[in-house]
Amino acid sequence: MAARNVAMREAIRRALREEMHRDENVFVMGEEVAYWQGTHRVTRGFLEEFGERRVRDTPISEMAIGGAAVGAAMAGLRPVAEFMTINFAFLALDAIANHAAKVRYFFDGMFKVPLVYRAASGWGNQATASHSHAPEPIFAHFPGLYVGCPSNSLDAYGMLKASIRDDNPVLFTESIALYPKPSPMPEDLDEDYLIPIGKGDIKREGSDVTLVAYARGVDWALQAARQLARDGVEAEVLDLRWLRPLDMELVYKSFKKTNRCVIVEESLPMYSFGGEVAANLQENMFDYMDAPIKRVAAEDVPLPYSKDIELLALPNAQKVVDAVKEIL
Amino acid sequence: MVYFPTDMESKTAVVDEGKVMASPSKEMLLDWYRQMVLIREFEETCHQLYEEKRITGVYLHLYSGHEASGVGSMAALRKTDHVITAYRDHGIALILGMDPKAVMAEMMGKKTGSSGGKGGSMHLASKDHNFWGGYAIVGGHLPLAAGIALEARYRDKDDVTMTYVGDGATNNGYFHESLNMSAIWDLPVIWIIENNGYGMGTEVERASGQIELHRKAEAYGIKSFGRVDAQNALDVYAVAAKAVEYARTNGPAVIEHVTYRYRGHGVSDKQYDARDDMSTELKEWMKTREPIKILRDCIESKYGDVGDILAKHRDDAQRIVAESVAFAEASALPSSYEDLLGNTYVASELVYKTDYSIGAGID
Ligand SMILES: Cc1ncc(C[n+]2csc(CCOP(=O)(O)OP(=O)(O)O)c2C)c(N)n1
Ligand SMILES: [Mg+2]
Repeated sequence: MAARNVAMREAIRRALREEMHRDENVFVMGEEVAYWQGTHRVTRGFLEEFGERRVRDTPISEMAIGGAAVGAAMAGLRPVAEFMTINFAFLALDAIANHAAKVRYFFDGMFKVPLVYRAASGWGNQATASHSHAPEPIFAHFPGLYVGCPSNSLDAYGMLKASIRDDNPVLFTESIALYPKPSPMPEDLDEDYLIPIGKGDIKREGSDVTLVAYARGVDWALQAARQLARDGVEAEVLDLRWLRPLDMELVYKSFKKTNRCVIVEESLPMYSFGGEVAANLQENMFDYMDAPIKRVAAEDVPLPYSKDIELLALPNAQKVVDAVKEIL
Repeated sequence: MVYFPTDMESKTAVVDEGKVMASPSKEMLLDWYRQMVLIREFEETCHQLYEEKRITGVYLHLYSGHEASGVGSMAALRKTDHVITAYRDHGIALILGMDPKAVMAEMMGKKTGSSGGKGGSMHLASKDHNFWGGYAIVGGHLPLAAGIALEARYRDKDDVTMTYVGDGATNNGYFHESLNMSAIWDLPVIWIIENNGYGMGTEVERASGQIELHRKAEAYGIKSFGRVDAQNALDVYAVAAKAVEYARTNGPAVIEHVTYRYRGHGVSDKQYDARDDMSTELKEWMKTREPIKILRDCIESKYGDVGDILAKHRDDAQRIVAESVAFAEASALPSSYEDLLGNTYVASELVYKTDYSIGAGID
């Protein structure tokens, strides 16, 4: 099938645009999404195409963005609410954790909350401590909410579509570093291309070690795998894609083959994705374990402005290679 | 349509109440001029350095155009008073007398920077100047301001906390909770809303149901000193002096400063400055409402030809900023793990296990 390289930003834009055409109830709201064409240009042209009714600029009011999305969803609309960056979603954490995630539960199924929160995530470029979070695991803590974190354009397309069409609330994060990154999308892609919520993916096959990652971590894992291949080590790279539900079956299958695992993430190391995957592995795959499970994450520190120490704090492919070598 | 609110009520209020503050002396006015040209030179140099990639990163929000807002209002403070603001903080730092060298070094993330290179443009602060910092989350500093003012109230001191907040931030929950708290606890805060017409790309009218922003504070029972033409440092000062006097003994006050940003929202948001209507509007402001020119005209109309002094201030500003750039560029970047991890926590004997892996502080 012919494929064309598309930036992740464009893939997300296309998915969102098509869903708005498909379903009148889908609308977007957020800071600078309309007149300014979206801070990250994901909603570029939307105002012109769909008008103010469906493309709504909000004030700098994250609590209200988070909570109004819940109300609108309960009432039957399908909001796609954008947090300019995920750092600002902290201001809406209560609406997200206590209402988006729990309304259905505490009214025992009376309501559905079919919303999507989109948030640009990740760190780098000297954005400084309060603008440098990759806190997806925090949001994945809460039952009732799904969390999706794509690593390439095609996945982003299919995952966002599934998130919008599903009747549950989804937090969908978009790595700022991946927005401009091109990756192949089939030319004749079906508008109903959906990636099931919670389904992970094998991004590279290998038999010596399993690298488990999501979002930007997948890039580091793939780079590391190429580097390791030069030394004759074949790494299998798994992209779990969703932090909730978490596709541990995919990890188990790979681990039974490789018996070794390194978990890669952009986020902080304590109470993390790495900790979660490792805990599941040791509980369920103890008999297959040939080496300690390793984790590569950011350093356990807020992120500084200054560029060299910022890089020190970030994970990278070399850190993944080093971790693999420690357990071979 | 050019954004330029004309109903600057407070000007009349100053006269009507018949309690006009002693007008600023010649020395004061000349010093304001010095501060304003220093800020402008500093900011325009930052802009240039960013273009040349000598300052890097994604956030750099300049105070060009806002000078009279900060200079006129902070002239009403005394040394023991407090100041806090958001990320548009370079001008505030310089007005307070922070060393331009340390400020420029912070822009470049150097060890010699005022925050050791950890904070950058958005996080300037100086304990020595009672400057509690610039903050990057919109509205996030407002409850801190309430807390800082609480200390004064708690300990029966009459120091005030001058708090700068953008128009966009008045739509954020932090603003409303903090203002209400300051009202019920009579906290000595002067809430200065720097209304520059926009929060990023959103006009005030599209973001706020109440477009006279000081009235939002009035709704909580906070004494309003109205709207001020904040391109005119003298007007700003006259109102600020009254508000400060009020806050010292009574409780919170609010002033709305009508101003304009000359360099758009920040460096990462260039496309917005390119909008045609924006550049027309900007030209109009620069032509008719230029704060440095307004002050200069005022000084000259009062005191005749002071051209030599003003020229000296401009030369000094150029020299000081050039020296600060040279200093910053000659300084080292932090580069070690100690640099990275230091000051995550206070080093403490009360903590059972302190090592780098849990991010313990290194003093
Ligand atoms: C809670 C939060 N939401 C969004 C942002 C992104 N943001 C940074 S500055 C800004 C606009 C603020 O405008 P205003 O308060 O008017 O201040 P100005 O920049 O005009 O000085 C926005 C939306 C942020 N930093 N924090
Ligand atoms: Mg503003």
